[in-house]
Amino acid sequence: MHTSRRKLLAGSAGLAAAGLMKLTLAPAQATPASMTVAMQKILQGAKPTPGRVTIDLPPLVENGGTVPMGISVESPMTATDYVKAIHVFNEKNPQPQVISMTLGPRAGRAQITTRIRLADTQNIVAIAQMSDGSFYSGEAFVIVTIAACLEDLP
Amino acid sequence: MARALINVPAKAAKGEIIEIKTLISHPMETGFRVTFNGTLIPRDIINTFRVTYNGVEIFAAELSSAMAANPFITFTTLATESGTLEFHWAGDNGFSVTETATLVVE
Repeated sequence: MHTSRRKLLAGSAGLAAAGLMKLTLAPAQATPASMTVAMQKILQGAKPTPGRVTIDLPPLVENGGTVPMGISVESPMTATDYVKAIHVFNEKNPQPQVISMTLGPRAGRAQITTRIRLADTQNIVAIAQMSDGSFYSGEAFVIVTIAACLEDLP
Repeated sequence: MARALINVPAKAAKGEIIEIKTLISHPMETGFRVTFNGTLIPRDIINTFRVTYNGVEIFAAELSSAMAANPFITFTTLATESGTLEFHWAGDNGFSVTETATLVVE
């Protein structure tokens, strides 16, 4: 069969368009609303008090694939008054959860560091669950110039 | 076999707060990325990380796709007695790694 150059070009353009279509079928983003839903699973209707939780994140991130994050919670960390858990949420990654950590009075200090992925410029929220059942929250705003999740897309 | 690096001080005074650093090699494939031909790369992440100190759990974490590749986690604990710290990572596709470290408390 003879295929003209014009037809071939038209066909390949169609293929490329189909490829683009597939790529735009990216997973649904987490939204501030879905973050609230995820947070409510932990809070069970309780309202976190802003404060006592400090999120240490660089304000401007060049590579969203590896973002160093530190979290510290003000607490005496005694047998009767300690941080039970720290939950971290994001607004715009494909999923609202980042990490949930269980601590105890034996931690000595409620202080952790890790490295996370950020898909976009967004707010990060950390909720600390105290031993008396109260919740405290901290927030950090991060500007991301190169997002995670996109690095391997053509 | 995944390689894990653990940094625990060899010696600590009783009651001292020590910092423990852990790093494990793992791609943490999110499950949200697609290849050139549009097929989704299946998720392959570490889900849980648990640390016990002489058999008592002192730290646990539930990880998600939003954790960077090669999960690095640091936390603190009170040096109470000499003994063994056991670190356990578990994840998708039957991933399971256990490492131990010894700590001398004087």
